[in-house]
Amino acid sequence: MITVLQDNLGALWQGVLTTLAITALAFLSSVLLGTLVAVFRVSPIPPLRLVGAVYVEIFRNIPLLALLILVAYGLPEVGISLSLFTTAVLSLALVSAAFACETVRAGINGVPVGQAEAARALGLTFTQSLARVILPQALRTMVQPLVNIFIGVALGSSLAAAVSVGELTYQAQQVGNRTAEAMLLFGISALVYVVIALLGGGLGSVLERRLAVRR
Amino acid sequence: MADHQGPLVRLRDVDKYFGTAAALNGVNLEVQRGEVVVVIGPSGSGKSTLCRCINRLETITSGEIEIDGVPLPPEGRALARLRAEVGMVFQSFNLFGHKNVLDNLTMAPMQVAKVPRAEAEQRARELLERVGLAHKADAMPAELSGGQQQRVAIARALAMRPKLMLFDEPTSALDPEMINEVLAVMIELAAEGMTMVVVTHEMGFARKAANRVVFMDGGQIVETGSPAEFFDHPTTDRARDFLSKVLTH
Ligand SMILES: Nc1ncnc2c1ncn2[C@@H]1O[C@H](COP(=O)(O)OP(=O)(O)O)[C@@H](O)[C@H]1O
Ligand SMILES: [Mg+2]
Repeated sequence: MITVLQDNLGALWQGVLTTLAITALAFLSSVLLGTLVAVFRVSPIPPLRLVGAVYVEIFRNIPLLALLILVAYGLPEVGISLSLFTTAVLSLALVSAAFACETVRAGINGVPVGQAEAARALGLTFTQSLARVILPQALRTMVQPLVNIFIGVALGSSLAAAVSVGELTYQAQQVGNRTAEAMLLFGISALVYVVIALLGGGLGSVLERRLAVRR
Repeated sequence: MADHQGPLVRLRDVDKYFGTAAALNGVNLEVQRGEVVVVIGPSGSGKSTLCRCINRLETITSGEIEIDGVPLPPEGRALARLRAEVGMVFQSFNLFGHKNVLDNLTMAPMQVAKVPRAEAEQRARELLERVGLAHKADAMPAELSGGQQQRVAIARALAMRPKLMLFDEPTSALDPEMINEVLAVMIELAAEGMTMVVVTHEMGFARKAANRVVFMDGGQIVETGSPAEFFDHPTTDRARDFLSKVLTH
């Protein structure tokens, strides 16, 4: 058992690093993209609001696995070939952005509307009042929902194994098949996911306390 | 723009509908430079809507509004520039909750008027001094009483050096003992020659500071006159009826 691990430590470690990289990149992209879509959804311009709503309804309702397969095998058919890594990041980011958008939107709606009006009355543009007044206050209420999204991204990244992205689950599967120690390897990979999720939660709590100082 | 000789604010035949309900119905009003106009009237008569239309927080359905001879521009940079010259004070203060008092005052001058920080802070401290809150520069809004928050809100609006100040029931959300500290700031402002449109139920303020009282009912301006004329000799039944209700208690 120990030797199985020793012999395959390199591959497993590579898987952990890939999972971390996919999770970090996809999460950050989904927050940025989700914020942009949320801004669309609250903007004073109706066509932008529609684009935002359509985006959310599409990507919130597509199974991640289906999207992964579409991006991995569908896009090359129309001439767009992405690396496996990019495929995983892009698919996760697109789906999670729909959830991040709703989190950001709820956060924005949680800031008293009077503050947005006061900002406008002072001459701040829509973008300025979002960036300076609304979003900084929305962020406080968004931390825990964003932690949930982070965990969703980390766990969701395991589905990338289905399109042969060399992340943790894929490596565990490969090593497990080679050595007939599948249970051990999936047990270990499960533990790693738990640790990543716990770290995300811990970071969120720290961030939340930071933002809550001086009320 | 400042060369314009006519009234600072001019509303002509302004209608404002929310759906099919008229909140403003054929409103005509001119506010001269340095004039203090107090708007009174029963709840739902359109006072807030009037205020909010003047800086285009609400868009009007028909009619014209000019500020300093310039029609209100559509939403965009020109409108933001114009709003920067029109201060607004709300019933609910609306201070920025994540910023301390000083930052509440410097945000718009720095972001909108591109005033350097040092200059913006100096001006902010002068204004805080003026509203009696110099010692609260570092406080967060939630740490202040309602009266203090409203005085900060007035100072925040003044930080943009507006040529017009709109007040929408600035003391209605305050405990009675805090009303006077806010009114005192407004009376001083009026005495300094600021052009003001003030929606208020404070008859004492109207008598002391107003050049003109405008009485609204049902989205219309029903009567207008000097405070003495209006309070002592109202000419319309609706004004008499309203006054008898508010002055008896
Ligand atoms: N955002 C809005 N949507 C729909 N109706 C509104 C809105 N704001 C005001 N109204 C209506 O317009 C009328 C005038 O309201 P308002 O200007 O707030 O009156 P006041 O400030 O004199 O109490 C009222 O009938 C009110 O219900
Ligand atoms: Mg009102």
